[in-house]
Amino acid sequence: MVGIITYGVYIPRYRIKVEEITRVWGANADDITGGLGVFSKSVPDLDEDTATIAVEAARNALARRAIDPRAIEAVYVGSESHPYAVKPTACTVGEAIGATPVMTAADYEFACKAGTAAIQTCMGLATSGMIRYGLAIGSDVAQGAPSDALEYTAAAGGAAYVIGRDDPIALIHRTCSFTTDTPDFWRREGQDYPRHGGRFTGEPGYFKHVEGAVRLLFEQTGKSPKDYTYAVFHQPNAKFPQRVAKILGFSPEQIKPGLVVPRLGNTYSGSSMIGLAATLDVAAAGDRIFVASFGSGAGSDAFDIEVTDAIESEMFRRDAAPSVEQLLANPIYVDYAQYARHKGKIVMQK
Amino acid sequence: MRDVAVIGAGCTTFGEKWNTSFRNLFVEAGILALEDAGVAGEQIDGLYVGNMSAGRFIEQEHIGALIADYAGLATHHIPATRVEAACASGGLSFRQAVIAVASGMEDIVVAAGVEKMTDVASGASVDTLAGAADREWEGFVGATFPGLYAMIATDYMSRYPLTREQLAQVAVKNHFNGARNPIAQFQQEITIDTVLRSSLVADPLRLFDCSPITDGAAAVVLAPLDRAREFTDTPVKVLASAQASDTITLHDRRDISTLDASVAAGRRAFAMAGLSTADIDLVEVHDCFTIAEICAIEDLGFCRKGEAGRLTAEGVTALDGDIPVNTSGGLKACGHPVGATGIKQVFEIVQQLRGEAGKRQIDGAAIGMTHNVGGTGATVAVHILGV
Repeated sequence: MVGIITYGVYIPRYRIKVEEITRVWGANADDITGGLGVFSKSVPDLDEDTATIAVEAARNALARRAIDPRAIEAVYVGSESHPYAVKPTACTVGEAIGATPVMTAADYEFACKAGTAAIQTCMGLATSGMIRYGLAIGSDVAQGAPSDALEYTAAAGGAAYVIGRDDPIALIHRTCSFTTDTPDFWRREGQDYPRHGGRFTGEPGYFKHVEGAVRLLFEQTGKSPKDYTYAVFHQPNAKFPQRVAKILGFSPEQIKPGLVVPRLGNTYSGSSMIGLAATLDVAAAGDRIFVASFGSGAGSDAFDIEVTDAIESEMFRRDAAPSVEQLLANPIYVDYAQYARHKGKIVMQK
Repeated sequence: MRDVAVIGAGCTTFGEKWNTSFRNLFVEAGILALEDAGVAGEQIDGLYVGNMSAGRFIEQEHIGALIADYAGLATHHIPATRVEAACASGGLSFRQAVIAVASGMEDIVVAAGVEKMTDVASGASVDTLAGAADREWEGFVGATFPGLYAMIATDYMSRYPLTREQLAQVAVKNHFNGARNPIAQFQQEITIDTVLRSSLVADPLRLFDCSPITDGAAAVVLAPLDRAREFTDTPVKVLASAQASDTITLHDRRDISTLDASVAAGRRAFAMAGLSTADIDLVEVHDCFTIAEICAIEDLGFCRKGEAGRLTAEGVTALDGDIPVNTSGGLKACGHPVGATGIKQVFEIVQQLRGEAGKRQIDGAAIGMTHNVGGTGATVAVHILGV
């Protein structure tokens, strides 16, 4: 059965505290951190972008498992911040890991769930036998306009998953999606920052679609929250995944290992995929993991995952790449001025 | 002039109604009101609808005809008229319907109010609402409604012994009432601390001093009093209908802490009904901000200037107080779909006078009053209803 062959994550080491952002904009730090449940967010280095983060995550995935990169016959990178409007990030990643030239590749965009859509694509190709391995990546240097609510959470990071049928460390028993045309968050060609419908991104966006996908998967599998060891939801802030977990009947303990947003922020396409990686970091054979991503626009992909013995076998070396916890540890905090420079918000002489 | 009665009333739930369009909102409220009255569409002689700014909120004008059409009344060719007076649009719509019936021109008349505010981002809705003030002298120089009411609050607090805690108690009381009103946008009780710790919007007003952005619609059906019992066993009489205007800018007022239009409309209404404040069992006032409720209680004559804060803190305006104010939860807790608010106030009084107000019922309520303000007080509509 198709599943996860290996996975890797990359998170830049720089962080900015939410209270530093509130200081600049004159907002009340307690209101913001209390409302969002987010206290810091990752910031890319000067030379880091979606492509470099995707490459780092892919290399971390390959460090954990000795697979021939030439057997990776599909590379899909999901992001809202591809460095080029036209020129695929996926080709850069494929070249960097030695998967080129016999591979198919494309960049994906579906707001924060393009990476999980890439996983679904790779599942289909691997299941049909068209490819041996597929690499699905969610990576973003997330955009949020200065002083917009998004700026408190928009972070940088990515996760890479190799999908295939040969001794997966985790089986993906089933996936389904719940998708509608709902304009809750968008960015037009040429615009620097996304716009959004405020609270409209909540009930009609996140909650309708995540609950829709989760309930659909439960209908199809006959399973319920008690059948799962862990659950991971898209985490634009800490409140949304906690609330949707409660609505659906998952406990705080089930979502705890994958709830990385309070320290990391929202890595957009990386968000639920890093949450899943943090959960796989601590999972044992036999653990069952529920995942539901969310992308504005809007849709949610739900996954029923079961960890196999392979995760504890000699063919997989979990410690060969940094865990999410290790990537989150020892941050270097920057102030708003450094953050503005790192994010290219300071306009240099033209 | 004929006596007029309310023979039916209906109201949608108020809130961020993402799944309900403008037209569905008023159709829902209209059907509730017509069913309540037991009136069929072909019996309606006229329709008045209060709406502040569908043009800017949903880019739709020609609201009267739209409503008549979607109410299934297009083929009856009934007169359908939009009434606009900013946040007092609903109150004026009700008054136009009262005048139509009282004059003898029309018998069965629907007065409605509707606003769909959440289709635009909050910045756009704040700017649209700023159109209720003077765009040239207030809006263009940056004055928003929270800003204007903050000036009223600042002036008021510098002249009268109103404390920040007393002001917060207005919101606490209205949330308490809203938690007992199934149509209210906010169903949670709050504490004074909730208000004092909320984000500062325009000093001294904080987030919980402000009514929210809301979608909603309300409708009532009017008939001549002598025909009312054809339709209902519990007609509610319109004892007075009054309206007053004032300078549209705040800075041109005689006294910015007194809404002279409220004073004038209140006096006219009491004179028309032959009643005084002592006769009023409950009042729905226009609490777009907490300071507005303080001013309204005083300007309508329920107490002297400077006393409303203390009386609020003492519970005089609570559900079990001597003069319950905003039993519905007011604009603060029900929400404030601007064109609908004036009709929702009538809906609340009708429910109370019929004894149908559930957990917020005022025992023996026989006479109620509504007070609906446009802008910072350039238009005020006051109605007195009784059974």
